[in-house]
Amino acid sequence: MSELIATLKVQIIEQLNLQHLKPEDIGDDQPLFVEGLGLDSIDALELIVLLQQRYGIKLANPQDGPTVFKTVRTIADYITAHKK
Amino acid sequence: MSKQVSISSYLLLRNNQIVVDGQKVFENKDLSSTDFLQAAYDHFQINYPKFFKMDNLCKTGFLVAELLLRNQKLNEKFQPEEIGIVFSNANSSLDTDIKYEASIATAPSPSLFVYTLPNVLIGEICIRHRIKGEAACFVFDIFDAIFQTDYLNSLFETEKVKTCISGWADYYNGKAEAFFYLAETGKENSDIHNSLNVNKIFQGI
Repeated sequence: MSELIATLKVQIIEQLNLQHLKPEDIGDDQPLFVEGLGLDSIDALELIVLLQQRYGIKLANPQDGPTVFKTVRTIADYITAHKK
Repeated sequence: MSKQVSISSYLLLRNNQIVVDGQKVFENKDLSSTDFLQAAYDHFQINYPKFFKMDNLCKTGFLVAELLLRNQKLNEKFQPEEIGIVFSNANSSLDTDIKYEASIATAPSPSLFVYTLPNVLIGEICIRHRIKGEAACFVFDIFDAIFQTDYLNSLFETEKVKTCISGWADYYNGKAEAFFYLAETGKENSDIHNSLNVNKIFQGI
């Protein structure tokens, strides 16, 4: 899990053009949206693309987005549960 | 027209140089345009993380607006609705349009898609500087100073704006070019806002 979380941080920075951040700047349980990392709705779409491109996972229900994309750890949990 | 409109300040970015009111403030001929924009962002110690997400056109225009407005205190002198922004360019959002089209082959990128309109630059600048006045973006083959000055002067004449950011911002094929100036009334020692003066400044470097 910790390896996946570390990889995800690198991929999130790359996919979302967060060049001002380093992987260690993102906490495993830090909220990604609003008060946390400050991501927005376009970033949420990019995270969906990231899951599809890198892990072959389609978010079946868009309503799950806020829960799945809450933190890097929740994304890692979702990938672990849904990776084929 | 009730009051004379003047050019109170201007900024020119071309050939990896930045000139403010006739003074060269930054230059690096060794870098690509994209690296130059990043280097200028770092050099002027701008802190706006959204910059990293912008496409090249927005980075070009945002940077120039940032440097033009950083000492102007527009929000202390004017209401947001009294500040306008009008710019034009030659290549619209083509630089990003091409990248977005390429992304369709694999997975269309939402963050590229949002930049497939040139007037997104206006949005980025308006959000940053709390501008809510008249806004327009035009596409011409070359910078048309006569159109630009006539359009702006009509905005002042009809009292749509009390100050206006105006100019040109273009990015295509690795080439960044921008020219923004601030037009205001009541600036007695500044150049008069007419096509001759605007063209003269535009041709500056």
